[in-house]
Amino acid sequence: MTGPILAPGSRAGAELMEKAVKGRSLWDDARRRLLRNGAAVTGIVVLLVLVAIALLGPLFTPFSYDQINKNDVWAPPLTAGHLLGADSLGRDLLARLLMGLRVSLAIGLVATLVSLVIGIVWGAVAGFVGGALDELMMRVVDVLYSLPFIFFVILLMVTFGSNIILIFVAIGAVEWLTMSRIVRGQTLGLKHKEFVEAARAAGLTQGAIIAKHIVPNLLGPVVVYVTLTIPAVILAESFLSFLGLGVQPPMASLGTLIAGGAQDMELAPWLLIFPSLTMVLTLMSFNFIGDGLRDAIDPKDR
Amino acid sequence: MLRFIGRRLLVAIPTLFLVVTVAFFMMRAAPGRPFDKDRKLSPEIEANVMAKYGMDKPLSEQYFNYIKDVARGDFGPSLKYKDKSVLQILQENYKVSLILGLSAISIAGVLGVTLGVLAALRQNGMIDYGVMAIAIVGVCIPTFVTAPLLVLLFGSKLQILPSGGWNGGALANLILPITVLALPQIAIISRLTRAGMIEVLHSNYVRTARAKGLPEHRIVMKHALRAAILPLVSYLGPACAGLLTGSLVVEKIFNLPGLGKFFVISALQRDYTVVMGMVIFYAALILVLNLIADLLYAMLDPRVRLS
Repeated sequence: MTGPILAPGSRAGAELMEKAVKGRSLWDDARRRLLRNGAAVTGIVVLLVLVAIALLGPLFTPFSYDQINKNDVWAPPLTAGHLLGADSLGRDLLARLLMGLRVSLAIGLVATLVSLVIGIVWGAVAGFVGGALDELMMRVVDVLYSLPFIFFVILLMVTFGSNIILIFVAIGAVEWLTMSRIVRGQTLGLKHKEFVEAARAAGLTQGAIIAKHIVPNLLGPVVVYVTLTIPAVILAESFLSFLGLGVQPPMASLGTLIAGGAQDMELAPWLLIFPSLTMVLTLMSFNFIGDGLRDAIDPKDR
Repeated sequence: MLRFIGRRLLVAIPTLFLVVTVAFFMMRAAPGRPFDKDRKLSPEIEANVMAKYGMDKPLSEQYFNYIKDVARGDFGPSLKYKDKSVLQILQENYKVSLILGLSAISIAGVLGVTLGVLAALRQNGMIDYGVMAIAIVGVCIPTFVTAPLLVLLFGSKLQILPSGGWNGGALANLILPITVLALPQIAIISRLTRAGMIEVLHSNYVRTARAKGLPEHRIVMKHALRAAILPLVSYLGPACAGLLTGSLVVEKIFNLPGLGKFFVISALQRDYTVVMGMVIFYAALILVLNLIADLLYAMLDPRVRLS
């Protein structure tokens, strides 16, 4: 990973300042490469549209997501004022889809944040402190890696009932492992760099060095991994919802909608098709952005 | 080599122990008891039933008893399926999951590697773009979307394949579930192979092989492929985990009598012993697969020394 600070030469102070300025131009470079990547730009646009309609859409739908309309049961798309049709209780699919998209995106974001915080702290501490502590912390990650984690998530959901906070925590707690490995690897590479030595010579504590000098320089690969974690989290949540362990009705997520649609698909295929399309579109845009970012930030990878 | 295997197996024991412990206490922390969803039992009878399964004792004692039993290979009786032991349930149902998983991973391996190699040989050509498109679509469409859509198309609309059921493992009943399980794996494997192959084809020893005048197919098949599929070997563990997750969904949608279906139901019914048995079984499976992956890796890559 080419972090912003690679140039040799260690003329302390002024030089360091200058490097910080140069560092930003590397991000500029990355941005330019990203914007030249058609797939990534398409992904960004699609995602922005999806986020906008998830946030604003529910304000404009004539029905609310949990409103039961006895007369509109199984209404096909474009009938009775239901743009995308209605389900077995006559609830408007468009309203439910927008709400489901909002919930799925929120879970993706929050759970990824949870995994990000745990992963960065764990990896940075292990990599920076090193020695026996590093060995111990990474063994823990190895052990956790070799567990059938989905079982534990399922057990968690069964044990404590499905509430949305628990979904965040459970999925976030699973996804931090890879993050901590990436961060540790990066930290190992960074900790012998001159600017870290300079910080140490200047008398900074270890905690301050990690927070101010190590973590900011890890951002490149972490950003890439985050954009790939969000779709993984959305997928995991939908998977749980599909098994009936995720978001509970009348609340909707993309997973619950697809699960419901799969049950009723003979009668009302639109209930399966529209949520599936939305799901695929969301996952694809995240993956395109993630791949684009990886190429942009680390061009030697390709 | 033997020492390596021995050491890994020794590490596996505390790992399994941890799994058992965490799963045991999580399961017991769940509200609800195994016997309260049947008929309403009078308190005396429930006390009797609890005593029969040793669940009237303090939790710590139950835990140590369970550990002792497991160490002897006794996973106890199922609490829901009255006359069956956990081992019997595992034995009766593992075959479906095994057939599905093995077929899916074999098909995905062959197809994925072939597609990946073809794509790498024609980098930035039509085949390459086609394969990469398949790869991206395969990764982005989750199993619980492909499964119902395929059932809708081939089962309900075209009516050429059964939409579910096991039917003694008839081929027609297997096609859809295996396809659903294999698709995401094909995507990931072709992607990994392509990346590995492209890198290897630019390496010095491949140039040497070319300079020697070896025919292209020998360079690709004999020299390049071996190194290019190395990343695949480390993917074996995660692939197994992926198949496992997939089989939970596939067995539910296609209504197949495999292990995956049991897990969620048993957990919801608080069938403690069955859930525990299943967790241990899969944890052990993944540990063994990871070990095999490491051994294979060392065999294929002479630079890796097992120590």
